[in-house]
Amino acid sequence: MGKTLKKNPLYLLLFMIPTVAAFIIGFVYPFIMGIYLSLCKFKTPKHIDFIGFKNYLKLVEGGTNTDRFLQSFWFTALFAVLSTVLINVLAFTVAVLLTKNFGGTNLFRTIFFMPNLLGGVLLGSIWTILINGILSVFKESLTNKGIYGLIGLLIVLLWQQIGYMMIIYVAGLQGVSEDLKEAAKIDGADSKQILFKVTIPLVMPSISMCTFLTLTNGFKLFDQNIAMTGGLPNHETEMLALNIYNTFYGTRGQMGFAQAKAVVFFLIVGLIAIVQLKITQSKEAD
Amino acid sequence: MENTTKLKSADEIKVKRKKSDYVLTVIFSIICLFWVYPLFMVLYNSFKKKANIIPYPFDLPNSETFVGGENYVQAVSNSSTGLGFLGALMTSVVITVLSVALILVCTSMCAYYVTRVKTWYTAIFYYFCLFSMIVPFQMIMYPLTVITDRLKLNNPVNISIVYLGFGAGTALFMFTNFLKALPADIEEAAMIDGCGPIKTFFYVVLPIMKPTIISVGILETMWIWNDFLLPSLVLAKEYKTVPIIIQYFNSGRGQTEWGAVMASMVITITPIVILYFCLQKHIIKGVLSGAVKG
Repeated sequence: MGKTLKKNPLYLLLFMIPTVAAFIIGFVYPFIMGIYLSLCKFKTPKHIDFIGFKNYLKLVEGGTNTDRFLQSFWFTALFAVLSTVLINVLAFTVAVLLTKNFGGTNLFRTIFFMPNLLGGVLLGSIWTILINGILSVFKESLTNKGIYGLIGLLIVLLWQQIGYMMIIYVAGLQGVSEDLKEAAKIDGADSKQILFKVTIPLVMPSISMCTFLTLTNGFKLFDQNIAMTGGLPNHETEMLALNIYNTFYGTRGQMGFAQAKAVVFFLIVGLIAIVQLKITQSKEAD
Repeated sequence: MENTTKLKSADEIKVKRKKSDYVLTVIFSIICLFWVYPLFMVLYNSFKKKANIIPYPFDLPNSETFVGGENYVQAVSNSSTGLGFLGALMTSVVITVLSVALILVCTSMCAYYVTRVKTWYTAIFYYFCLFSMIVPFQMIMYPLTVITDRLKLNNPVNISIVYLGFGAGTALFMFTNFLKALPADIEEAAMIDGCGPIKTFFYVVLPIMKPTIISVGILETMWIWNDFLLPSLVLAKEYKTVPIIIQYFNSGRGQTEWGAVMASMVITITPIVILYFCLQKHIIKGVLSGAVKG
């Protein structure tokens, strides 16, 4: 089949070109242009001046020039780590319990997963109303203090992603054979030992996948951020993606600088992906 | 395998259901209330007077605050106080249906060519697609808006080309994974029977790919239907999708017609939840196969 396909360029045109053309428009060109623009100063796409690494130097110099990029980075990192730990511990616990045999487990799984079908903007809006409803009793609101925003964002992300990760963990747990657990039991292991010495090592692939997913999701979070706090108060809850967005569209004449931030953002997310890949590969090699 | 586990659990229900099992059922029922309540809150607030929604979302409607279907009428009407929500709903449906259809047809064909023709250019393209999966949208968003403006991809029909380009990575990855494991024997047989590659693909390969097509279709639908940033940057000002309109009113830029906003949220959520309960097996399978990407 491969030979016939390869012989006639008509098939290349028909099978490959539509996707390749769209991929060049939707990804390759913007990506290369993005790297080039990060080395430029511009206000509109028509007047572009090449300025070398000045945008990046501005980021490294620190001080007020960084436009709160560092502050955003630390807030994002804190949020990503907190959400990764909380989501995975809770999702794993729920998954262990829901693979036991008691009434309603299927319905519970279905309900926990449900928020994932709704978009981040919708979820953020609904929870803003709820949280402000509670805070209004104390004459406060979600955007009054940074800590409120942090906790609010955590609640939404937990509410949304516990169900998602739980589904992956349930699939992993169902792959652990009952015989192995039974054998450990006969050898005198208690249920705690079975969990930590038998089950958890065997679902390691699920754990590393979920950790990666929650970590990158935390770093890339945008919709919930703009819908709930918009970075208020005073940019305290502004995460990296929103910081870049605001630099592009909120301030004048900072386009090149914003693009440089976006490149750095890409490198951070890419680094997490590579580290994750290496860890998974070394685990599989064992 | 699913059947055997189900049979097993049904048997065990009769044999041993301990007291602690009922306790777990009760505890999880209570926890699940926290998962259902936010959506229920939206539902009952959609029947309240707008002044009674914020900051009192916890109050159920009573004889004084109940307004019947008034908020729903306002949500769909196009008058000055209306949200123009129906228009946004239509735009969202057009974008999602067209984009998902285009992604499924084009990337499945592309994946077939990539797996069956092994040369340098298919390999390069495949790795570029994998690479695109880890690039965050912010990296390309500004240059993307420049090129989409220039090429007039800024309307609900043409934006599907942008989604095909930016969504190609995941879809291509899932399709090639399936096709790699598929032996070429069946195709060779079809060829001997006189089918050309196009006929073979559409009549022989595509039907076998059905489960993956459903999984990819569900993942891409969930993504595009809920996507906020891409359409809000790429689409021309006169077009609004459902997430764009919800964010517009949520941020308080419009007149805060909370009653109508609640009603439009109910109209958005209800079909999704109904669809979910009908298709949950497929949806969960789709999520699982998509999560393997990493």
